[in-house]
Amino acid sequence: MSAEWLARWVHTQVAVGLAQAVVVSALALAVAWLGHSRKLELRSETAVALARGLGQMLAIGLVLVWLLHGAAWWSVLALTAMCASAAAMAQRRTKSVPGCYWLCLQAIGTGSAVVIVMMTATRVIAFRPLAMVPLGSMIIANSMNTCSQVLERFASDMKLNAGRVEAALALGASPAQAALPYAKNATSAALIPSLNSLRSLGIVWIPGFAAGMLLTGSDPVYTAIYQFMVIAMIYAASGVTALVAARGYEHAAFAQERLVVR
Amino acid sequence: MKARDGEDTVTDESITNAGTGLLLRAEGLRRELAGKVIVREACLALRAGEVVAITGPSGAGKSSVLRLLNRLDEPTAGRVWLEDVDASAIPVRELRRRVGMVMQQANLFPGTVAENVSFGPSLRGVAMAGAELEELLATVGLAGYAGRDVAGLSGGEAQRVSLARTLANHPQVLLLDEPTSALDDAAKLVVEEALRAAMTRVQGGCVIVTHDAAQAARLAQRTLVMRDGVLKDGAMEACDVR
Repeated sequence: MSAEWLARWVHTQVAVGLAQAVVVSALALAVAWLGHSRKLELRSETAVALARGLGQMLAIGLVLVWLLHGAAWWSVLALTAMCASAAAMAQRRTKSVPGCYWLCLQAIGTGSAVVIVMMTATRVIAFRPLAMVPLGSMIIANSMNTCSQVLERFASDMKLNAGRVEAALALGASPAQAALPYAKNATSAALIPSLNSLRSLGIVWIPGFAAGMLLTGSDPVYTAIYQFMVIAMIYAASGVTALVAARGYEHAAFAQERLVVR
Repeated sequence: MKARDGEDTVTDESITNAGTGLLLRAEGLRRELAGKVIVREACLALRAGEVVAITGPSGAGKSSVLRLLNRLDEPTAGRVWLEDVDASAIPVRELRRRVGMVMQQANLFPGTVAENVSFGPSLRGVAMAGAELEELLATVGLAGYAGRDVAGLSGGEAQRVSLARTLANHPQVLLLDEPTSALDDAAKLVVEEALRAAMTRVQGGCVIVTHDAAQAARLAQRTLVMRDGVLKDGAMEACDVR
């Protein structure tokens, strides 16, 4: 590696980006250390998450270089792989749920696929990697968060209220009737972030996606409408994911009309 | 044959066992969970109008037996007969309405007393008449409580609401699982009064699990003792305990 090459590399966009990432990571780590003084132990988890996040984004950047110049159907494969990874991450916090990985994959896959396919069919999302991958990944990531939240809340509420659930069953309720209050709570709580994003759009925040569109010369009004569509898509995907996840947990929690998760 | 709520019930003679005249009969019930024996063998006979108490030390399996009678848990072996029909052949929701259960904890649903009491009928799309609701609450000594929020009730009041909620389904058999164990002496006596009224109202039969021998003597006509997962009932001729 020559000194001349190194001098040139230091001035590239990638090198500048890496330096900026180090500064931002240092800030995040400082916050975690600050939390330590309040007995909030997040230091190692934050350090690992930052290192992983940067590594993953570097890897995805390299994949994108290859993907964005490839055939459109490659993006379908990439989104499928993202769904599989999202399911693996979503199940980590809810391992007590039987068959959790498949439940998460079903919920995230259904929620994301329904919206991505419909939006691609109606040409809201162009069928090319440049549009499919970033937009699809946003939808999948939000579905993953929704899925985790639904399962975590539903499982903890059911455990906390096992007596009430059994009391309802003993009165002749079906599993769906007995679990309904907790399914409703879990679903609506998990959808609050997406709903808040939709409500506060343009007032409290402007999605980062808009900046990119404006920089590439899009009409500002069209950009605004497109941002609305993206956030609405995320909400729709999260909604489907939440419903499928809640239904799936309900199936897992009961066997032959008896509560099996306590 | 149609049940009162319109669900199909059993007519197949292979799963009926006519002629015993018993309201509820359990034979050779066994329950194992993760390799552990919870109920070794339980036999029980209940006649119409009869109140049977099950007593015994903690961990003997008393509550577990009750849960097998209305299929909140499934037995590993053995059978339950309701009016000489195999309970496993009765749709489980219908069985649970006909064999009502009051648990150790009241487990009330958030809301008013009226919402709790009318929960069972509402599952079948039946709106409970105000007069019926009031009469039911009067039976358990809670007249005028319909509009109260259950969050403000005492332990004894909550347990009586739980009793009224079970009675609203018009059960033929009432299962009571330590209904006063979480209450102080004063509240216990009030709930016992409500239980007596409820037993009269059911006009079927009642099985009460209690660790309090004196309470068993006050409320029941017969008392059975359960030990180490074994429950024998002398009223049954064939109870072959291993």
